Amino acid sequence: MLDFTILTDNMGMFLEGFKNTLIVSLLALIGSFILGTLIAVFRIAPIKPLNWIGTIYVEFFRNIPLLIILFFIFIGLPVLGIRFSGFQAGTIALTVYTAAFIAEAIRAGVLSVHKGQTEAARSSGLTYIQTMRYIILPQAIKIVIPPLGNQFLNLVKNSSILTIVAAGELMYQGDLISSRTFVTFDVYIFIALFYLIITLPLSYGINRLEKSLAKSN
Amino acid sequence: MDFIGAYSPDHIVFLLKGFLVTLEVAGISILLSFLLGAILGIVRYTKVPVFAQISAIFVETIRNLPLLLIIFFVYFALPEVGIKLSITWSAILALTIFESAMLAEIIRSGLNSVHKGQMEAGRSSGLSYIQTLWYIILPQGVRRMVPPIVSQFISLLKDTSLAVVIALPEMMHNAQVLNAQNINYIIPIFILVAVIYFIVNFALSLVARRLELNM
Repeated sequence: MLDFTILTDNMGMFLEGFKNTLIVSLLALIGSFILGTLIAVFRIAPIKPLNWIGTIYVEFFRNIPLLIILFFIFIGLPVLGIRFSGFQAGTIALTVYTAAFIAEAIRAGVLSVHKGQTEAARSSGLTYIQTMRYIILPQAIKIVIPPLGNQFLNLVKNSSILTIVAAGELMYQGDLISSRTFVTFDVYIFIALFYLIITLPLSYGINRLEKSLAKSN
Repeated sequence: MDFIGAYSPDHIVFLLKGFLVTLEVAGISILLSFLLGAILGIVRYTKVPVFAQISAIFVETIRNLPLLLIIFFVYFALPEVGIKLSITWSAILALTIFESAMLAEIIRSGLNSVHKGQMEAGRSSGLSYIQTLWYIILPQGVRRMVPPIVSQFISLLKDTSLAVVIALPEMMHNAQVLNAQNINYIIPIFILVAVIYFIVNFALSLVARRLELNM
């Protein structure tokens, strides 16, 4: 049976980790949403060199492990004299990595809006920027929300690798607790429950949203 | 930074040896998780009472947990209850548990994407439920599952790098061994590792895209 005294005795540390996991995930979500939107604009804009930059970014970061980005920032950059704390390095790595996926989600959303919409707006005298701002994006956002939710879900899970750079999030606190108490099995189960508190409602909400969107179309 | 020193033939061979371990562990894991995922997915699709619910709980729980937690759990917590595995098998078991949940969902949605009328037609032409599933539904579903399974394999290759935390001698681990020798190797080695990962995964993603277009 699970030993709940482990949970109650170390509640402070568990909650500290839980809080940090949430903060990292939220910061990285905001950062990667901004960066991802920019990359998506690069990929869609009718300017060839920008398209290339956007494509290279997305294809490169989608196809390498998050861990190598984290190591590069945390272990590689200090060689050049650029130093980050574990927390900062982790947030940057998550942002850079997730931005590639978010850019793809946004691009897919924008492209799914019928081409005739752009043509109609353009021929009624709107500029390209205005067309995007008033016609395409409001329609695209609806399609983009479920995949964005999924990316946030992945962010929460991926933030666990911050434990490798001792950034004080949930997984790290769990390791500390288990090395102090010599109990690993129960501690990891509790850690898992804390993750599920965030991820289960999130994935349930995304599912609901996807279904209602599928119906409305 | 010492690119020439870092990219000596010995080092490159050492990294590629690590990548072989990555491929091996990922390959065995994808095979095992395909088997387990197929059982879980089909059980959930066919709604076998009790088993379908167990499968649903397993899939939804595992999918919503970080892989790193599962790796730690298998390697550090299971010995506490008497299950002690080698580093390699711990990595394979953890990856298999995680990926089978992902594959179960891919397989289930592949099956669900086959039109319901197919089942009805199969059944009314005299085939049993199992026969319809085996001869009519599965062959059509499998074709739709292949591209997402290839994408999942890409994720698996990337995820295998997490086994560095339990010192599995895969590419990331070997990179760290090289980095420990000389501080000037760090950046060149990380770039090389990233490029190797990129080449293999990008090629795989092109395959997945081709397969998708062929459908």
